[in-house]
Amino acid sequence: MTGSLPFVAEAIVSALLLLGAAFALTGSLGLARLEDFYMRLHGPSKSTTLGVGGVLAGSALYFSVRQGEVSMPEILVTAFLFLTTPASAHLLAKAALHLRVPNVSGAPAAARERGRDETAAGAPARPGRDGRPAAPAAPPDVRPG
Amino acid sequence: MLSLAILAAIAMMLAALALNLWRLVRGPSVLDRVLALDTMYVNAIALLVLLGVQRGSRLYFESALLIAMVGFVSTVALCKFVLRGNIIE
Repeated sequence: MTGSLPFVAEAIVSALLLLGAAFALTGSLGLARLEDFYMRLHGPSKSTTLGVGGVLAGSALYFSVRQGEVSMPEILVTAFLFLTTPASAHLLAKAALHLRVPNVSGAPAAARERGRDETAAGAPARPGRDGRPAAPAAPPDVRPG
Repeated sequence: MLSLAILAAIAMMLAALALNLWRLVRGPSVLDRVLALDTMYVNAIALLVLLGVQRGSRLYFESALLIAMVGFVSTVALCKFVLRGNIIE
């Protein structure tokens, strides 16, 4: 079981472990409870990564204090996770846009082109980048959902 | 104090894994399942690290590193398969 540590180190390690586990639980709760895929992508990609980072920091502190030398494997795992999680979240978002996974309003997200929303909502049409007016507003019944 | 904190953290990670498993079974689209699997990898890493602290053993970190690598590569492969239809073109 756990060895003997100074009280302050033990308190800091406990706080880091509990905080990390709470963040990971929050991220998983978001994954389970939020409404569409684009919202669900937020929980695991931010909160869970931070939570696992907290747990790994607590573990690194624990083994560093107990053995008197800096413990490398946790730092490696943390660096690897913090590098790879944004990449996989980006790939998942790209795949969802490619598959036209419906968002919370029922419309496929890839169908919302630039400018179509604001002109359809009644905002004045802004001129395009080259001075010409922007594309005419789509009739409101074009948008599915 | 530390062993109690570790037990509470392990309980929270198990609850998180159960929520991920629910999303993995339920998920309406393929990408929800891929995302749930990716989150399960990350939570399994945290669970392994907590077990390593509880037992005072360094052996768990090797498996945590392996799971991190395999999880990332499998997520990328699944996304690539969904996007392009095959993995290695």
